[in-house]
Amino acid sequence: MTGVVNSFLKPKAGSWSNALFILPYLIFFIGMLVYPLILGIELSFYKLDLFGPGRFVGFKNYIRLFSDKIFIQSVMNTLYFVVLTVPAIVLISLFIAIALNQESKTSSLLRGIFFSSSVLSVTIVTLIWRIVFIPNDGLLANVFVGLGWEPIGFLSRPEWALVAVAITTIWWCIGLPMMLFLAALQQVPKEVYEAAALDNTSKFRTFLYITVPSIMRTIILTIIIEIILQFQLFGQAQLMTNGGPNGTSRPIVMFIYDAAYKRWDIGYAAAASQVLFAMILVAAMAQYFFSSRKGHG
Amino acid sequence: MSDLQKTFNAEAGKNNRMLIISAIFLAIIMLLPFMWVIGLSFKANQELMMGTNSVFHPPYTIKNYLSILAASSVFGWIVNSLIVSVGITIGVLILSSLAGYAFARLEFPFRSVLFIIILMGLAVPEQAVIVARHQIFSGFKMHNTYTALIVPSLAAPFGVFLMTQFFKAIPKEIDEAALLDNASRFKIFWKILLPLTFPAQATLGIFTFLAGWNDYWWPLISATKKEMQTLTIGLASSQANFAQSEGLGFLTAQAVFAAAPILIVYIIFQKYIVTAVSGAAVK
Repeated sequence: MTGVVNSFLKPKAGSWSNALFILPYLIFFIGMLVYPLILGIELSFYKLDLFGPGRFVGFKNYIRLFSDKIFIQSVMNTLYFVVLTVPAIVLISLFIAIALNQESKTSSLLRGIFFSSSVLSVTIVTLIWRIVFIPNDGLLANVFVGLGWEPIGFLSRPEWALVAVAITTIWWCIGLPMMLFLAALQQVPKEVYEAAALDNTSKFRTFLYITVPSIMRTIILTIIIEIILQFQLFGQAQLMTNGGPNGTSRPIVMFIYDAAYKRWDIGYAAAASQVLFAMILVAAMAQYFFSSRKGHG
Repeated sequence: MSDLQKTFNAEAGKNNRMLIISAIFLAIIMLLPFMWVIGLSFKANQELMMGTNSVFHPPYTIKNYLSILAASSVFGWIVNSLIVSVGITIGVLILSSLAGYAFARLEFPFRSVLFIIILMGLAVPEQAVIVARHQIFSGFKMHNTYTALIVPSLAAPFGVFLMTQFFKAIPKEIDEAALLDNASRFKIFWKILLPLTFPAQATLGIFTFLAGWNDYWWPLISATKKEMQTLTIGLASSQANFAQSEGLGFLTAQAVFAAAPILIVYIIFQKYIVTAVSGAAVK
């Protein structure tokens, strides 16, 4: 045991100069990641604004957060948004990946189309969708009128605003999981499917008992990546609805942004970002443990 | 057996066709917003005020694009975005290659501990560090500079991870032969191994470039002066007063114009993007 620890930690003689290769990166890693992480935790214990050094307030920022109705609302909005987007993104991209898991011109063209929205910035994506969602004259309103329905002002209705942001996000985000699934599907040996076909296994059973278990690792990984990503909703909500109406589409990150850079309540914002960090870690780990336990049982 | 094989293939073919048809259907839905916006961008503003239905009939015009070329800050934003994303890409490629080589090939103190710590950095979301980063740059009075826009992205651990994996995949015999010839560590890295990593450099490069080009949060709070805004931020600020803006035709033309550079980059480098994602997934 001590031997392992020793070989792990004991410097090897005459090799310090080799560390010069990682030194440049290490400077940025410490300066821009490790130090800000520690500083951020420290800031969360201070009452701090634009001017002056601030003063230590202990856990006051955290206590204030949990009695702040606007913060609680943003937490709920974020959770609701994760529930709206993650399953939809994973299921749609899994379906597309299965449909396009073949070598042909059509399928590679379609892959290119499904990934194309992912390379755009949040500003362009939201601009496109705000134009689609224009209440009386947008693309969606025209479709609704064509179907004989009443057009909905998606972005200005409290019950629809976050859903509209979710639809935009799903459209924006299906490219990456689709690629991950395609890569995983290509690792499944063809013989497995042929054997299943010889046994007259139905398509659906083949999918459920062969395809899904073979790419389970990738499915779990993708769900975790998507949870981490969607917890960090910010630009879409800020640009499409500015968190409204009545805060019904304001996510946690927007709360942090408003606290820090509109009200300059830096310590409070830092505390909120630590809470978000903890939530992301817990959600990702819970998903991981839940899935791996299910995988064994 | 061959008969069975044939029925299997026919059956699979039928299923595949149904799947492809539904995928084509989804792709059309996916493309509709693009086509809608492109269509509107070729219509006169006044005509669109009366209703967007006119998009289905001529006359069409390129006036909206001409007004972008005539009077718009778009070019300044594009230049800023280019400087920042190219700076980030070059920086990340250099730092990650050096570190990746060292982690894959060299012995030095605390190597494994360091690698694990850097891997843990992958789990840290931007939100956990961004407020503190902003404070640090405020302390140095460095906001509204290219340095401030570039430096935070150089800390991302993903490149180090990717390059380490890639250098590990190169057969050791190659550098052992060079060592016998008394080549220095740096010379082996620079002259022999680095050229072999070109595919990895391309994939890491294109992803870093995309992330830098599309970054929103950090330039939003760091580049507050108009002349330092990147394309993402500039476009966002110009559409803030969406309702009373210059008109739907101009707005949509701006969206198309702003999307064009990155879509062109995407089409050119599509091959590397696909291999990058599949390569990362297999590991």
